[in-house]
Amino acid sequence: METTAMHIANGIVDGPVSAVFAVLAVVALAICVRKARNDLDERLAPMAGLVAAFIFAVQMLNFQVLPGVSGHLLGGTLAVILVGPWVGALCVSTVLIVQCLLFADGGLTALGLNITNMALLGTAAGYLLVVALLRFLPKTPTGLGTTALIASIVSVVVASQGFVLEYALGGTTDLSLPVISGTMAGVHILIGIGEGLIAATTVVTVAKVRPDLVYALRRFRKPATISEVGVNA
Amino acid sequence: MGAGHAHPLHLERASPVHRLAPEVKIAAVLLFTIIVVVTPRTEFWAFAGYAVLLAVVAVLARVPALWLAKRATIELPFVLLAIALPFAGRGERIDWLGLSLSVDGLHGAWNIFAKGTLGVLASLLLAASTTMRDLILGLDRLHCPAVFTQIATFMLRYLDVLADDARRMRIARLSRGYDPRFLWQVKAFAVSVGALFLRAYERGERVYLAMVSRGYTGTLPRAENDRAPVTQWVAAAVLPAATAGIALAAALG
Repeated sequence: METTAMHIANGIVDGPVSAVFAVLAVVALAICVRKARNDLDERLAPMAGLVAAFIFAVQMLNFQVLPGVSGHLLGGTLAVILVGPWVGALCVSTVLIVQCLLFADGGLTALGLNITNMALLGTAAGYLLVVALLRFLPKTPTGLGTTALIASIVSVVVASQGFVLEYALGGTTDLSLPVISGTMAGVHILIGIGEGLIAATTVVTVAKVRPDLVYALRRFRKPATISEVGVNA
Repeated sequence: MGAGHAHPLHLERASPVHRLAPEVKIAAVLLFTIIVVVTPRTEFWAFAGYAVLLAVVAVLARVPALWLAKRATIELPFVLLAIALPFAGRGERIDWLGLSLSVDGLHGAWNIFAKGTLGVLASLLLAASTTMRDLILGLDRLHCPAVFTQIATFMLRYLDVLADDARRMRIARLSRGYDPRFLWQVKAFAVSVGALFLRAYERGERVYLAMVSRGYTGTLPRAENDRAPVTQWVAAAVLPAATAGIALAAALG
C-alpha cells in the first residue's frame, strides 16, 4: 500500500499549542462517547468499529483523477450523514489514532491537532450544514445528494483552516498567514469538490436502498404504521 | 487474502525490542517524541544525538536501515513543505549561491525536517516491533478508555474483510466488462462505495446479534492482565532518559 502522509507531522506546530489541542480533543471526544452511547447504546463498539473500518477501507481505495494523479475519499462528511455527528467523529478519530500508531501517518504529538481538525472541526461544520440545508432542500435522495456535496466541500475547507488557526497560534516559522490560508483553502476546495461528488453519489445510493440507515434523514422519517396492513382483511 | 493479523509495517523478528511489553514501548516512544518536539531547533547536536539513539534501537530491534528509509518516505509532503520555507519565510535574509533565503525559514525547514523525521522513525520502530493486537492491548493497559480500544479492535479485525469486499466488487465489475478509471466514470466508483457502506453496516448488525446471542452485555471480557514487569519499564525508560539527558546537556552546554 503506497501512502503519503497528509496529516500534520511532529515539529510543524510547537509543543504548548499541540498540548492545548490534545486536551481539547480529549474533552470533545469524551462528550462524543457519551452522545454516541445515546445513539447506539450497547451496539456502540461493534457498529462504530465497522463504520470506522469502512472509513479506513474507503481511504485505501484510490481513484485516478488524472493520469498519474490519484486521490481517495476522506469520508468525514459521508460518515456524519450516514451515522450522525457523534459516532462519525468517534470513528474518524479512531482511524486517525490507528493511522498514527500503526502507519506512522501524522505525528504522535500532533494527534490532538489532527483530531481537532479532521474529526471535530470538519465533522461539526459538515453536520451543522447538513442540518441547516435539509430544512430547505427536499428530503429526497437528490436533495440529500446536493446537501452532501455542499457539506463535504465546506467541511474539508474548514478542517484545512483549522490547521491555519493552529499554525497562527504555534507555527514554528514566521510565514504570511493570508498566504497559508489562501493556499490551504484553494487546494482543499479542489479536494472538497472531488470528495463531495463521491460522497453525494454514495449517500444517494444508500438512501435509495436503505433510507432507514441514513442518520440525517432519520428526523424526517414517518413512524411505521401497521394498521394499514390487513384493515380490509 | 491475508490472515489479517499483521499490519503492513510489522516486521517479524526475534529481538529484545520485540519482546518488550507493548505498553512500555508506547510510553517510551511518546516520551521520546515529546522531548524531541520541545527541544529548541537551534540545538543541532541534540538532534544528532537523538538520531544515534534511534539507530541503536533499530540495531537492537534488527530493523534494516533500508526498510526504515523506504517507509520514512511517508513524510515526503512535509519535506517538500520544508524546502519551500526558506523561500517563503520572512525576516532577515542571507544570500547563498545567488538565492535569497530567509534565516527564519531555514531554521523552520530544519525544524520540520529534523523533528518530523525523528518522529516518523520512532513511530516506524514501534510499528515494526509490535503487532496490531499488542498495540491495542498496550493502549488498554495504559488506561486508554475501553470504548476506543474496542472500536479500534473491531475496526482492525474487519478492515481486511471490508478491503476484500471492495476487491470482490471490483472484480465483479471488471468481469462485467466495465473498468472505471477516469474522472467522468467516478459514478461507478461512488456507487460501489455506497454498496460497501451497506455491506459494512449490515455486517455490523449481524456481528452485534451474534455477540448478543453469545451473552454480550456491552462490555468485552478483559484480555489477560499480566502487566509488564518493572525490569521492562526500566529497560524501555533508557530511551526517554537518554533523550532527556541529551536535551539537558544541549540546553546547559
